[in-house]
Amino acid sequence: MTLTRRSVMVMGAGAFVAFGLPMRATAAAEDRIAEFTGGAEMGSEGITLTAPEIAENGNTVPIEVDAPGAEAILVLATGNPTPGVAEFKFGPLAGSQSASTRIRLAGTQDVVAIAKMKDGSFAKASSNVKVTIGGCGG
Amino acid sequence: MKRTAAITALLGAITAGAAWAEPAEDKLTINGEIEMTTWTEPSAVVEGALPEVISGWHFRGTETRAMQSDDFDNPGMIFVEDAMAAWDEVEGEAGKSCASCHGDVEDSMKGVRAVYPKWNETAGEVRTLEMQVNACRTENMQAEPLKYTGTDMTSMVALISSVSRGLPVNVATDGPVAETWEQGKKLYYTRTGQLELSCANCHEDNYGRMIRADHLSQGQINGFPVYRLKNTKLNSVHARFKGCVRDTRAETYKPGSPEFVALELYVASRGNGLSVEGPSVRN
Amino acid sequence: MADNVRPRVKAPRKAKAGEVVTIKTLISHPMESGQRKDKDGNTIPRSIIHRFTCEYNGEMVVDVAMEPAISTNPYFEFEAVVPDAGDFKFTWYDDDGSVYEETKSVALA
Repeated sequence: MTLTRRSVMVMGAGAFVAFGLPMRATAAAEDRIAEFTGGAEMGSEGITLTAPEIAENGNTVPIEVDAPGAEAILVLATGNPTPGVAEFKFGPLAGSQSASTRIRLAGTQDVVAIAKMKDGSFAKASSNVKVTIGGCGG
Repeated sequence: MKRTAAITALLGAITAGAAWAEPAEDKLTINGEIEMTTWTEPSAVVEGALPEVISGWHFRGTETRAMQSDDFDNPGMIFVEDAMAAWDEVEGEAGKSCASCHGDVEDSMKGVRAVYPKWNETAGEVRTLEMQVNACRTENMQAEPLKYTGTDMTSMVALISSVSRGLPVNVATDGPVAETWEQGKKLYYTRTGQLELSCANCHEDNYGRMIRADHLSQGQINGFPVYRLKNTKLNSVHARFKGCVRDTRAETYKPGSPEFVALELYVASRGNGLSVEGPSVRN
Repeated sequence: MADNVRPRVKAPRKAKAGEVVTIKTLISHPMESGQRKDKDGNTIPRSIIHRFTCEYNGEMVVDVAMEPAISTNPYFEFEAVVPDAGDFKFTWYDDDGSVYEETKSVALA
């Protein structure tokens, strides 16, 4: 194939679009985080996010969050078209500040969980999940 | 030229990278009660073709495997519950439900899934479970038949399978079914489509290898109907066959066609000795 | 209301006073994300369950705000303290205004 100026420009535009999407999603995730924390600093202690390293299908990815003593935990999928996943608020009869659920991931990305502790501090955990593309799909 | 490129692409996908990944060494127990046979010695059917007979469960990831071990975690059981309600529902001119003749599904249907497809003497044909359900509906209930791969049918098959979980698949291959079984075997080894792939090319010659990011199984059907994470519903054997054949870029046979009935009989018999798993969970 | 929505809950029938018990919930629901298109290329409108709550004798255990990234047939597992005999109340809130409820009674062991 001979590279023409035109095809180089088209390829360049394609690369920009492909690169632009996750950037936008990340910005949206950052907005959500700022909304949740009010821009406060986040520690990394006191919260555990369990997610598979490789998800066999992005439609149903099991995750677990655990933050002893937290009031609430926000879960975000930073690479999804909209980053929100769930916000868990724990009441007085919660047996632990932990929960499991199944989530959708549009592709390989970082899943983020942020706990709001009772003392007003925040803690963040992040886990990269590789979403595989099946061989056949039939 | 195009075809060569396509074949090269697919075979490349099979052979490139980490070509072999061991099926996971794990033990499947359902609800902490039902011990499942998921890895066993080959029966006479596959002697010389497969060194061992392995359920598709072993080829799936840790989380997917775990989802099948508890009925509450297995989303396929939602459909089984729907079918449980349908079992008691009176339909058709005869004013009967499944329960009117068969009573409690757990008693009357235990062991049934394990021996299907099987010969029906009266009709003089090999019947899949779906065909038997529809024969019951049209002849005994005088109700409308269900769509072969529709949700109502697949849910009913899942219910009937669920009460046989843990029992060994034991499909007959001789006697009156021998001819159909031979036809199914021939289909299994016949290359189809633009990619010229037979069932055996992937599921006998290359199981355990990665096809792109997917772990190729032996294509056993002891776990059907299957709840797939991909489409979040139950999938029937013939719907899966159709998908596989389509992926070879062929015109497919129709669900319920004599060809797929024969193929189901043969493929089911390749899994003789494995436990009935349906509804299982796969990716 | 979406077709065939049915809540399922797994909770112990008996517990000791003050015991921490595990609860599992699953509700059949398509959780249409609003991101998919139909055959004609039109966007299928979002229709999800957007909130789930679990209370025990009127006190909150967990209150979950759910978004379209929660999978089809939403599943939750969490822990609750059972201070006394009583009832768990589970509530799911659908975008279309439907509310699905389930209760489970717990006796003291």
